[in-house]
Amino acid sequence: MNVETKPNQDTAKPARLGIADCDVHPTPASLEKEVFPFLEKRWRDYIGAYGMVQRMGFAGGTQYPKGQPNAARRDAFPPTGGPPASDLGFFREQHLDAHNVDMAVMIPLRVGQALQNMDLAVAVCAAMNDWQEAFWTSQEPRVKGSIVMAYENAEACVSQIEKHAHKDDFVQVSMLSRTPDPMGHRKYWPIYEAAAAHGLPVGVHAFGNAGNPCTGSGWPSYYIEDMMAHSQSCAGLITSMVYEGVFERIPDLKLIIVEGGIAWLPSLAWRLDRVWEKNRLELSHVKHPPSEYIRERIWLTSQPIEEPDRRQQLVECIDWIGWDRVLYASDYPHWDFDDPQRALPVQLSEAQRNGFFRDNAFRAYGLA
Amino acid sequence: MGEKHVVARVADFDGTDRKLVEVKGRPIVIFRLGEEWFGMLNRCPHQGGSLCAGHLISLVESDRPGDIRLSRKGEILRCPWHGWEFDIRTGESMARPGRIRSRPVGVSVVGAADIETVGPLEKYDVSQEGGYVVVEL
Repeated sequence: MNVETKPNQDTAKPARLGIADCDVHPTPASLEKEVFPFLEKRWRDYIGAYGMVQRMGFAGGTQYPKGQPNAARRDAFPPTGGPPASDLGFFREQHLDAHNVDMAVMIPLRVGQALQNMDLAVAVCAAMNDWQEAFWTSQEPRVKGSIVMAYENAEACVSQIEKHAHKDDFVQVSMLSRTPDPMGHRKYWPIYEAAAAHGLPVGVHAFGNAGNPCTGSGWPSYYIEDMMAHSQSCAGLITSMVYEGVFERIPDLKLIIVEGGIAWLPSLAWRLDRVWEKNRLELSHVKHPPSEYIRERIWLTSQPIEEPDRRQQLVECIDWIGWDRVLYASDYPHWDFDDPQRALPVQLSEAQRNGFFRDNAFRAYGLA
Repeated sequence: MGEKHVVARVADFDGTDRKLVEVKGRPIVIFRLGEEWFGMLNRCPHQGGSLCAGHLISLVESDRPGDIRLSRKGEILRCPWHGWEFDIRTGESMARPGRIRSRPVGVSVVGAADIETVGPLEKYDVSQEGGYVVVEL
């Protein structure tokens, strides 16, 4: 098939002001060539002999075949070869330049967080941070990195945070939503404390390969059920962090929920408040109504944004969440990419638009 | 009725089933399906994905899990971004017919001798022998 495409020819008109995109997925063209050089020889030898065994099956790919190859837009494969978003030049052309992106936050997925050998997981995550810096953030100032960590080893996470947090290259600490234990668990607290101490938010992206079923009631049949379960896991982790007292204990902790949808948050906050009022005996360590922690400490990225037939209902929903709390994200190069020109097709005030597409992000990452 | 525009040679489709052209400043994707020709605005009505990079698939129908019937091979265009499916003949969306529709444009093929009768040639060189692809817009 001979496909001729012009990258985003319909959206190539620059927006008035550059935007912030809070979820993009650059990926190594080759782990061996780009990431392994940052590993000690012992780990390269180890991987050669034993491979990279994941905590759960198929985690290197996915438990469910995606609807599209590499879960990507079919037009995102670089003309130079390699997987989508592995070529900085094409990434600039098809995404950064085409959409006038001033800041794109890269979130590496499936690259070490879920390796069963903990020392190897720590080493690969550290190498991924070096790779982000060497291949992306140092080459393109519009791209910002996320500190990737083996978050079952909080001590190692803290050392990665301390190594990278002061650099302009990194704007957040990265976790995946399906952790082995609920995210409010005390074993993760040192990570949150370190992130807060360095002024970085913890960005929790959908997915993660913890070994637990991806829904609260087991394994579904289809990929798209797996995808729909992300909002479940995000509701679960927020519940855990609020009720376990994480936000109370760590006042400077900021949380960004990435790729879990947004419209479920108001009803979750209502329910958490009502239950908290009635269960003071169990939740006396939670000093404030849950909705207050959520309103002041949590941001959500927009993609994949809900698309109700009556678009105005989405506006009402963001009214509840707060217009200062939703951050535009494209998820480039993935198939469920949201085009910034089409992601929120409703009338917005200037302040709403600037917040959604830019200012909220700079504030959330502490760059404003 | 729109004007007719010569946009390609039939020979341009040797080895490919599609070509992206521009007519009146609008991106149009032309598909060749055997001896049939189809054109569509190269912009998905959902979020604007470039339909030229989409797959031509079959109509997939099912009455229950495990029962899958394929028909109309190559006549359903699947957007390369979110997978919206459109009938290449009508532009109608398979998931939300009557609500979402891509924009089909008329495409035909004419011989070199007939070019004079189909309208302005714009910047296309039609001096050679053979068939030409014409878009009506």
